[in-house]
Amino acid sequence: MTKQVSSKQLATVEQAQQLGLRPEEFDKIKEILGRTPNFTELSVYSVMWSEHCSYKNSIVWLKTLPREGKNMLAKAGEENAGLIDIGDGLACAFKIESHNHPSALEPYQGAATGVGGINRDIFSMGARPIAQLNSLRFGDIKNERTKWLVRGVVKGIGNYGNAFGIPTVGGEVYFDDCYQINPLVNAMSVGIAKVGKTVSAIAEGIGNAVYIYGSSTGKDGIHGAAFASKDITEDSAKDLPSVQVGDPFWEKLILEATMELIETGGVVGMQDMGAAGITCSTSEMSAKSGTGMKVWLDKVPMRQADMKDWEILLSESQERMLVIVKKGFEKQFEQIFQKWDLTYAQIGEVTDTGRVQYYMNNELVANIPGESLVLGGGAPVYHREYTEPKYFAEIAQFNINQIKDCDLISAIAIAKRLAAHPNIASKRWVYNQYDSMVGTINQTTNAPSDAGVVKVKGTDKSIAMTTDCNSRYVHANPFVGGMIAVSEAARNLVCSGAEPAAVTNCLNFGNPYNTEVYYQFVHAIKGMGEACKKFDTPVTGGNVSFYNQSSDNDAVFPTPTIGMVGLIRGGKKHMTLDFKEAGDVIYLIGSSRNDIASSQYLVAEHGVNLSPAPYFNLDEEYQVQQVTAKLIEKNLLCSAHDCSEGGLFINLLESAMVRNLGFDIHKTNANLRNDAYLFGEAQGRIVVSLNPSNANAVESLLSEAGVAFEKLGAITSGEIAVNGQQFGDTTDYAGIYNTSLENQLN
Amino acid sequence: MKFIAEINIMPQKALLDPQGKAVTGSMKNIGLPGITNVRIGKHITLEVDAATEADARQHVDDACKKLLANLIMETYDFTIHPSA
Amino acid sequence: MKVGVVIFPGSNCDQDAVYAFQNQFGCETLTLWHKDNDLQGCDLIFLPGGFSYGDYLRSGAIARFSPIMQHVIEFASKGGVVFGVCNGFQILCESHLLPGALLHNAHQKFNCKNVFISAQTSNSAITSTIIPGTALKIPIAHGEGKYYCDDPTLASLKANDQILFRYCDEQGNITDEANPNGSLENIAGICNEKRNVFGMMPHPERAVDADLYNTDGRLLFESLLSMAVSR
Repeated sequence: MTKQVSSKQLATVEQAQQLGLRPEEFDKIKEILGRTPNFTELSVYSVMWSEHCSYKNSIVWLKTLPREGKNMLAKAGEENAGLIDIGDGLACAFKIESHNHPSALEPYQGAATGVGGINRDIFSMGARPIAQLNSLRFGDIKNERTKWLVRGVVKGIGNYGNAFGIPTVGGEVYFDDCYQINPLVNAMSVGIAKVGKTVSAIAEGIGNAVYIYGSSTGKDGIHGAAFASKDITEDSAKDLPSVQVGDPFWEKLILEATMELIETGGVVGMQDMGAAGITCSTSEMSAKSGTGMKVWLDKVPMRQADMKDWEILLSESQERMLVIVKKGFEKQFEQIFQKWDLTYAQIGEVTDTGRVQYYMNNELVANIPGESLVLGGGAPVYHREYTEPKYFAEIAQFNINQIKDCDLISAIAIAKRLAAHPNIASKRWVYNQYDSMVGTINQTTNAPSDAGVVKVKGTDKSIAMTTDCNSRYVHANPFVGGMIAVSEAARNLVCSGAEPAAVTNCLNFGNPYNTEVYYQFVHAIKGMGEACKKFDTPVTGGNVSFYNQSSDNDAVFPTPTIGMVGLIRGGKKHMTLDFKEAGDVIYLIGSSRNDIASSQYLVAEHGVNLSPAPYFNLDEEYQVQQVTAKLIEKNLLCSAHDCSEGGLFINLLESAMVRNLGFDIHKTNANLRNDAYLFGEAQGRIVVSLNPSNANAVESLLSEAGVAFEKLGAITSGEIAVNGQQFGDTTDYAGIYNTSLENQLN
Repeated sequence: MKFIAEINIMPQKALLDPQGKAVTGSMKNIGLPGITNVRIGKHITLEVDAATEADARQHVDDACKKLLANLIMETYDFTIHPSA
Repeated sequence: MKVGVVIFPGSNCDQDAVYAFQNQFGCETLTLWHKDNDLQGCDLIFLPGGFSYGDYLRSGAIARFSPIMQHVIEFASKGGVVFGVCNGFQILCESHLLPGALLHNAHQKFNCKNVFISAQTSNSAITSTIIPGTALKIPIAHGEGKYYCDDPTLASLKANDQILFRYCDEQGNITDEANPNGSLENIAGICNEKRNVFGMMPHPERAVDADLYNTDGRLLFESLLSMAVSR
């Protein structure tokens, strides 16, 4: 039946290696095909079997994460993004994804196309994106290249997201030398779909037409997926053209056209074209449905005249979509494409062969069993070895008693230096470049809280969302650090008055063939899994980014970024983090501890880079969050704010600065070190403020729950004092806190 | 000696030029459908002090490579002539 | 009042405007597609924010030549009320329905935050119920919002009382520090000489919903609607 595949260019094992495949993988391809692949087929395998598409080095462990929960509409990996039921006939789709390596090379376009890609993942499921977040990590802020990267990445995210028209409502920016060469750029998007109107990435119905629409295909980003899975070396800048150019204007048109296509009821399946372009979408969609696909590559609208078949297959030109059209809807679809001035063409049809068959000018140039290309099918799955990192021995030697405690007078100068620290200071230089208010749903602009909170128009609900990961903790103890990342995300949602619902994660690690890196990976996943079970927040998907390093010995901190969404129901207002009124009393829920491990204070003030993860107990953490949720539910609190980087002092300062109020607190436990009390980062702590008339009710509720708490003091009209020591006015700190980052970056 | 350089910086041919594409599309709105393939770059002029034209050329080339053009995405060319 | 919100390719505040007019103020509101050739009997044409045609070349430059804009220009020339916000303001300037131009922000960065503006006159449809000098908290979100015009134009704007809003601080003082983009004399919004075309960079439609905890923008809409009632 099928014609003989073109054999004019039989591939070699050397070519396979150049494309990033291993010799044994080349043998496996020959075995699958029963012959030697040609170069085009080899190219297809090389991108589909890259880590980026196949998860070959990670899937074994990803499968151990909890993937089922009460509100889940799709299991992890089943769809392009996670999908949860939020009631009112609506579903929330959300996902986080990395664009680290492209951003290291060309920060503006790398970050911009990352934003474009993650939003396409959301709307290709039939969900209209409503909010975005991003998690960014860079090297030393004083370094000129770092500044170039920060400026480029922020401008890229801003220009793309702003023009696309989705508000950025949260995120994080973190600086550490370990990210000097390899910054991390993780972008998250959250969308809303109607239940029953969501779209899957499937290719059903023999004979159904396959359309490509959006932008034309060019030679940009060829071998991009393979590039994404290779170490960055001095030479990689020469691997051109390895960047793609994003066009948010076009993406906005595609979004609107896509929403109209779905509304017709004629969409069988849909997938965006990201890594590995046409190859990935055609093979994954047909493999998922157990069908096949015939694709006429010469029909693909091209930006350049002289493109080869494998270039068309691998191109990662941005803003392209693949849709399978129900018979009879073709005319209607074409009218929608024309309305939005989009480039489009029918490039193929669904078949029953189980094979993806690519034609170029009537010549069959690749003929591959679709299932052999994909995750869960023939793509390789590896169990990698892991060994405990040697630096653990040094961490174990840390002894808090070798660090001199500070007195309250020197604590003032320390507090000011921490307020100016780039990991603590205001990130307004960054987020003011993002449109945070388009869509008129952002509820935290004028009422700040620990998580981004957006109103779901037409319902009485809000969705809260956050991204979190303290990678220093994960480096110190991957298992505990993984648990903390999830717990902190949940804590931020709880402090905003939301019930945590589900997780998406972006796992940024070094080279998986390095056994110590793989140890970090395995144990961070175990930690995340434990915590996700505890909080009943299943992992709905995400992505894995390995090779975040400049050489085998120098990986970034293991950084499993957690994106978490939660719900606020019943028309309730979200909880805010700002102190409201002088005279209100301040409580700490959880316990102060003699712990400064892995704190910003320890690193910045004492230069201690290796110390254990801070104090953490999953059960205590859970209790603290549960009781805080209950206090919020009963309207007993005026503010709630989680204790994280910079410890208690920074926490109080952040709550005080919003309305220029101050605080007067007293450390009652004489055995507690000053530095641990003020700047320690022991986990499971939330600071709340309340009207004094509610103090009895709050205390008895906390006692009933058996949760440790202490009364810290009271809110003042602007002065700060600790144990009677005057620390100055909040405004002194606010000036430093607000301008530190912009002074370095402007 | 003073020279004047006129530098053109253009998006690489292999890369999408979103700006040029949008402007191309609008040409029919203003009644000029015959205009196609608009590509938009930058024009930079600068003065350079150098002993010889070859030196001046070298300085301008360095400036283009190091700062004025982003070689990952752009190409450049320039002409140079003595300042009048 | 029947409101028409124009959608250009790349508009992204169109639905926010529809939500404000329809859900917050109960106006009959419809959307007008840029390829349309009919304003469908609307009493007010609203040009929303966004990045029409990607804002490539210059913000608003390409949108000005959309088919619908030829009708908007004709409507305005006959005295029809046209209100442009952000990109809408840029399009009105490019269309020469309003004098001047919006340049790149002085600091060369996109900037999104709450700012304060104060009405400079109550002699306009969007400021008729606002006490001049009162600071209103209204968000901005733009990269090209630095208002500029030449001296004779500025003189005539002043002579004809066409400056509607200036950037100010929380107390209403018009200072350099309160100017978020380097606009000439802190100008945030203007009208044409005939007082039927209005443009401003800040987004009043982003400050009308009590669920978002800032409703200072309602005053502009209430002013517009009271005008419609009194007509």
